[in-house]
Amino acid sequence: MTALDTTFLPTARERRAHGVQAVVRTGFLAITLLLLVPVLGILAVLVIEGAPAMTPSFFLDKPQKLGAAGGIWPALVGTVWMTGVALVVALPLGVAAAIYLSEYARDTWLTRLINLAIVNLAGVPSIVHALFGVGAFVHFLHFGESILAAGCTLAVMTLPVVIVATRESLQAVPRSFRDACWSMGATRWQTIRHIVLPNSISGILTGLILVVCRAVGETAPIMFTGAVFLRLVPPETVFDRSMALSFHLYTVSTQVTNVPRAIPFAVALTLILVVLSMNAIAIAFRMKLRGRKKW
Amino acid sequence: MTTSTTAPALLSVRGLSIRYDDKVALQGVDLDVHSHEIFGIIGPANSGKTSFLRALNRMDEFMPHMRVDGQITFAGRDVRTVRNLYALRSHIGVVFPLPVGLPLSIFDNVALAPRLRGERNKTEIAATVERCLRRAALWDEVKDRLHSLGSLLSGGQQQRLTIARALSQEPELLLLDEFSIAVDPVTTMRIEEVLKELRQELTIVLVTNLVQQARRLANRTAFFLGGRCVEIAATEELFGGGAKDPRTTDYLEGRFG
Repeated sequence: MTALDTTFLPTARERRAHGVQAVVRTGFLAITLLLLVPVLGILAVLVIEGAPAMTPSFFLDKPQKLGAAGGIWPALVGTVWMTGVALVVALPLGVAAAIYLSEYARDTWLTRLINLAIVNLAGVPSIVHALFGVGAFVHFLHFGESILAAGCTLAVMTLPVVIVATRESLQAVPRSFRDACWSMGATRWQTIRHIVLPNSISGILTGLILVVCRAVGETAPIMFTGAVFLRLVPPETVFDRSMALSFHLYTVSTQVTNVPRAIPFAVALTLILVVLSMNAIAIAFRMKLRGRKKW
Repeated sequence: MTTSTTAPALLSVRGLSIRYDDKVALQGVDLDVHSHEIFGIIGPANSGKTSFLRALNRMDEFMPHMRVDGQITFAGRDVRTVRNLYALRSHIGVVFPLPVGLPLSIFDNVALAPRLRGERNKTEIAATVERCLRRAALWDEVKDRLHSLGSLLSGGQQQRLTIARALSQEPELLLLDEFSIAVDPVTTMRIEEVLKELRQELTIVLVTNLVQQARRLANRTAFFLGGRCVEIAATEELFGGGAKDPRTTDYLEGRFG
């Protein structure tokens, strides 16, 4: 054998490296697949147990016998309303704050304090947000127990995540674009308006929708601020109280007696379908806005 | 009425020092740039060339750690007393080492500056776009696809787009920072031809790491080394063996750097 023939033969060292690499790859793949088990398991159980109860009338009828029979229409509508209010409140506030932090704020003790506050706010338990909502929205701002108060509470709860997600979308726009724009004499707002926002808007909006939709499933923040055990008519204004899917799930699973086994599962499945369909909207939105690669 | 024998300098720098926190990037630079000349700045890496350009259009405002001392006078105004920095910057075009095609269409890249100025007339904007793209020697290559993305052009095309964008500001002063780093030699030559013509209309400060580029283009050339301006002389004189400082000669002959 000439020297050239042996060039591509693995040495003992290389063979060992390849072995380690194969083990690591397989191991990490196994862990990733393992993560699918709970997701698929939850879905499977919900579908198997809940599907018999999922008839059109289940969605469109009002509940009977405290939820032990009949449908979930008022709760479904209430959840959509609360989510809508949360989105409308969280979107402008979160985006404005994120733009300030990402594009205007200098690195001072104040911005560091704000960032620290945001991170800590994200860690506050939802029941604490609920109490804050009762104090701030229900009583202080006189919203009463209403969809408005519940939606605002959800918005406050999701704001920190909204801000962080938006700031990351903004930061993903390369600094060189800003430099080029500033050096032309553009103001910071002109730069944001013409360059930064158009190129981060899809990320911002999808991030927002995903984050706020997570609020759909929250029970604690709404149970003292606007969700009710039973209200047979769907809400008409944001000042009405309303049933909500997550709270309804809680009551039919633990508070009401003689509930057919399928009903809580069907409610849970509906809740998941609502979240999934909103995620689907977000993804479709993203694909439409993104369209093509910009740089 | 008295007339001075030499035209007043468009840009005049006195005792300019630049620091980033504790690191000194430039110290004690004095120089004048006259109207309608190409002023070359050569020097090895870390000699303070880029920092110098940044100070000229007050980009230090965007760099929290950058500190500028000394006096810079542009068109008779001390740039540190200029309140309307946006106007100052719009009079000074900048081309960075790496091309920056903004993620807008080719047309919008060049139309941005006129639009920021408040120009609304569409024919006027279209005329400006065509004029600037022609002057940047890019028009013929892109005239049929003005509405495709500028950020997806090739490197050399993007750099000419960047130059067209700078020209669309209708600047009095054009700062070029090693513009040919990401550009092929043929395109570089084409851009150099453009710059020679532009001298009729505006003033250019050309920072370059290619000694020969300064020789080809600059009327006068400054040699920066380690944050100091070693020497300024007419380019012919500097390259014709007339360099006074031995370090300049060494650099020109490629003995270090």
